[in-house]
Amino acid sequence: MIALVWLVPAFPLAAFLVCGLFGRRWLRQATGWIASAAVGASAVVALGVLAEVMGGAERTVVPLYRWIAVGDFSVDVAALVDPLSAVMLVVVTVVSFLIFVYSNGYMAHDHGIHRFFAWLSLFVFAMLILVMADNYLLMFVGWEGVGLCSYLLIGFWFERPEPYYAAKKAFVMNRIGDWGYTIGIITVFLVFGSMNFLDVFRRLEESAPAQGALTLICLALFFGATGKSAQLPLYSWLPDAMEGPTPVSALIHAATMVTSGVYLVARSMPLFAAAGSALAVVALVGTITAIFAATIALVQFDIKRVMAYSTVSQLGYMFLALGVGAPAAAIFHLVTHAFFKALLFLGSGSVIHAMNNEQDMRRMGGLRAKLPVTYWTMVIAGGALAALPPLAGFWSKDEIVGAALTNGYPLLGAVGLLTGGLTAFYITRALWLVFHGQPREPHLYEHAHESRRVMTIPLLALAAGAVLAGAIGIPPDQGFIHSFLAPSVETGATEQAPPLATILTIALGSVVVSVLGIVVSLSMYARGRPDPAAVARAAEGYYRVLVNKYYVDELYDHRFVDAARAFAGAAWAFDIHVIDGLANRFGWALVMGGTVLRRVQTGIVGNYALTIVAGLLFVLFAYGGYAAGVFGR
Amino acid sequence: MIVPLGAYIAVSAALFFIGCAGVLVRRNAVVILMCVELMLNAANLALVAFSRKYGAVDERGSVFVVFVFVIAAAEVAVGLAIVLSAYRNRAVIDVDEIHQMSG
Repeated sequence: MIALVWLVPAFPLAAFLVCGLFGRRWLRQATGWIASAAVGASAVVALGVLAEVMGGAERTVVPLYRWIAVGDFSVDVAALVDPLSAVMLVVVTVVSFLIFVYSNGYMAHDHGIHRFFAWLSLFVFAMLILVMADNYLLMFVGWEGVGLCSYLLIGFWFERPEPYYAAKKAFVMNRIGDWGYTIGIITVFLVFGSMNFLDVFRRLEESAPAQGALTLICLALFFGATGKSAQLPLYSWLPDAMEGPTPVSALIHAATMVTSGVYLVARSMPLFAAAGSALAVVALVGTITAIFAATIALVQFDIKRVMAYSTVSQLGYMFLALGVGAPAAAIFHLVTHAFFKALLFLGSGSVIHAMNNEQDMRRMGGLRAKLPVTYWTMVIAGGALAALPPLAGFWSKDEIVGAALTNGYPLLGAVGLLTGGLTAFYITRALWLVFHGQPREPHLYEHAHESRRVMTIPLLALAAGAVLAGAIGIPPDQGFIHSFLAPSVETGATEQAPPLATILTIALGSVVVSVLGIVVSLSMYARGRPDPAAVARAAEGYYRVLVNKYYVDELYDHRFVDAARAFAGAAWAFDIHVIDGLANRFGWALVMGGTVLRRVQTGIVGNYALTIVAGLLFVLFAYGGYAAGVFGR
Repeated sequence: MIVPLGAYIAVSAALFFIGCAGVLVRRNAVVILMCVELMLNAANLALVAFSRKYGAVDERGSVFVVFVFVIAAAEVAVGLAIVLSAYRNRAVIDVDEIHQMSG
C-alpha cells in the first residue's frame, strides 16, 4: 500500500479537475458526490498506508520524480511515509470525507456548489502534499496551496463584502507568516545544503551547526507556523475566517489546515530540540495564545466565533505540548481535536442551517427538542473540548498539561490548567444558550428543524471519533500513539514517564477545574446566579476589553494597516508624479520638438537644394581649414 | 600648346557653380535636371583632367567618368519620369507649386 501512497492526493486532484472543468455546465449537484467518493477513496488508501506503517514499515521514501536539479542541489517530489505522516494522512482524509458528505446537505441549495467542491478538493490535495512532502520545499508548495484554498473558500460568498475582506485579511496574514517560513527554509539550505528532511536531520547529527543559525531557523519556521496555525501575533485572521461556509470552517479552520503549523514544528522536532531556546519560545507563545483566545471566547455571541477562538486556544495547547518536549502529545491532541472541533463546527452548521442562517446565540435557545441529534453530538464534542473523561479531549489535553508540569514548566502548566477551566466555561455557555432555556426568537424557533440524514450521519461518525479517539493514547505517555510516533518525533532526550500517582493527581486536578468551569457556567446561564449581565457590569472595563477582543484588530489597523496604506499612497504618488510624470513630459517634449522642427520641411525643393549646397560648402571650408592646418606645416 | 591643369579646374569650377546656381534659382523641373547634368559634367571634366595629368601614377580617374555617365543617365531617366508623372497629375512642372510634403 505504501507504494500506492501517491493515490491519496491523486484522487482529490482528479476530483478538483473534474468538478472544476465540468461542474458548472454539466455536473452541478453531482460534484458533491464525486468529490466525496474521491476523498473516500483517498481515506481507504491512507488507512491501508497506516496499516502497513503499523506493520513495521518505519520510514519509507516514495519518490515520484525529480523536480529541481541544479548542480549538486536537487529536490524530488517524493513522499516521506513514516508514523507521523501516516497519522496525518488518515486524520486529513477521514475528517475530510465526513465533512464532504456533510457538505452535500449543507451546500445543496447553493448555486456555486461545483465551485465549492472543486476548491475543497483542491484544498485536500494541497493539504496531503503538505503532509506527505519529504522536503521543506515541496511542503512549502502544499503550505501555499492550502493558504490559497483557504483564501478562496473564506471568500466563497464574495458577493457580500465581509467574506471578501476576511479572505483578504487571512491571505495577507498568512503571507506574513510565509515570509518567516521562506527565511527558515533558505537558512536550512544555507546551513545544511539540503532541504530534504532526512538529509537535514542526518547532517544535524554529523556536524553540530552553530546555535545561532539553528535558533534562527527554528524561530523563522515557527513564525511561519504562527501564521498558518493562528497563534499570537498572527491569529486574528482565523475568527474572521468564519465568514466562509461552515464546512470550510470545520475542515480548514479547525481540523486540518490550521494544524499544519503544529505538523511543521513536529516534523522539524530534531532541529527544535537541538536549538534549545526555540522550544521555550514555542511553549510560551502557545500558552499565552491558549489563555488569550480562551478569555475572548468567554464573551462572544456569534456561535462560530466562539468555536474559532476555541480553535486558536486549542492550537495554543498543541504548541505548548511541542514546546515542553511532548510532540507525541501534541499530535495526539491534534487528532482528537480534529474530531471534536470538526464536530462542533458541523453541529454549529446544523444549528445555523436550522435557524435560517442565524449565527447569534442570543436569538437561539431551547433548540434541544428540535435538533436532538445535533444536540447530543455537540454535547459529546463539548465534553471532549472541556476535557471530561472518558472523552477523547480529556486524554490528550490532560497529557499536555501533565507534560508541562512534569517537564519543568510549572507556570505554563498551571496556565494550561486554568485555560481548561475557561474552556469548560465557554463551551457550556455556548451549548446552554443554543439548546437550553426558552426560545428567544419564537418565529425562528418554530421553523427550526433537524438536518437531513446526509448531515446527521457525519455528525454521528465524528461523535464516535470524539469519544473513541482518546483510546490511541491510553495509558498516558505509554499508549499506542506514543510508541508509534516515537521514531518520527524522537527528541533524543530520554523521557522519564512520571509516576502513576503524579498522573492521577494531575488528571484529577484538571477534571476538577473543568467541572468547576461547567458548574459556574451553568449556574450563571441556567440559574442566573450570578446573573451574567451583572457580572459584565461589575467588571465592565475588562468585559469591554474582552468583547472588543483586546483591541488587537484596532491595534493592527492603527499600527500596520494604516502605515501600509500611507506607504501605498506614497508609492502611488511617486508612480503618478515621478514615473508617469517623466514618461509624460518626455512625450510632451517630443511633441513640442516636432512642432518646431516640422517647419523646416517647407516642401519647396529649392530650399532643400540650398541646404544641401550650404552643407557642402560648410564641409568644404571646414575641411579646407583643417587641411591647411595639417599640410601647411 | 599645353593647357595647364589650372585652366581645366577653372572651367570645371565655373560649370559646377553655374549648374549649382541653376538648381537653386530655377523653378522649372526640367531645367533643374539639366543643371544637375551640368554639375555632373563639371565633375567629369575635373576627373578627366586630373587623370590625364597624373596618368603615370594612376589613370583610374577616367574610368570613374564612365560610372558618372551611367549614373547621370539613370538619374535623368528617373528624374524625367517623376517630372512626367507630376505633370500628368497636376499639370505643373514648377517645383515651388509641388509642396504637399511640407511640414
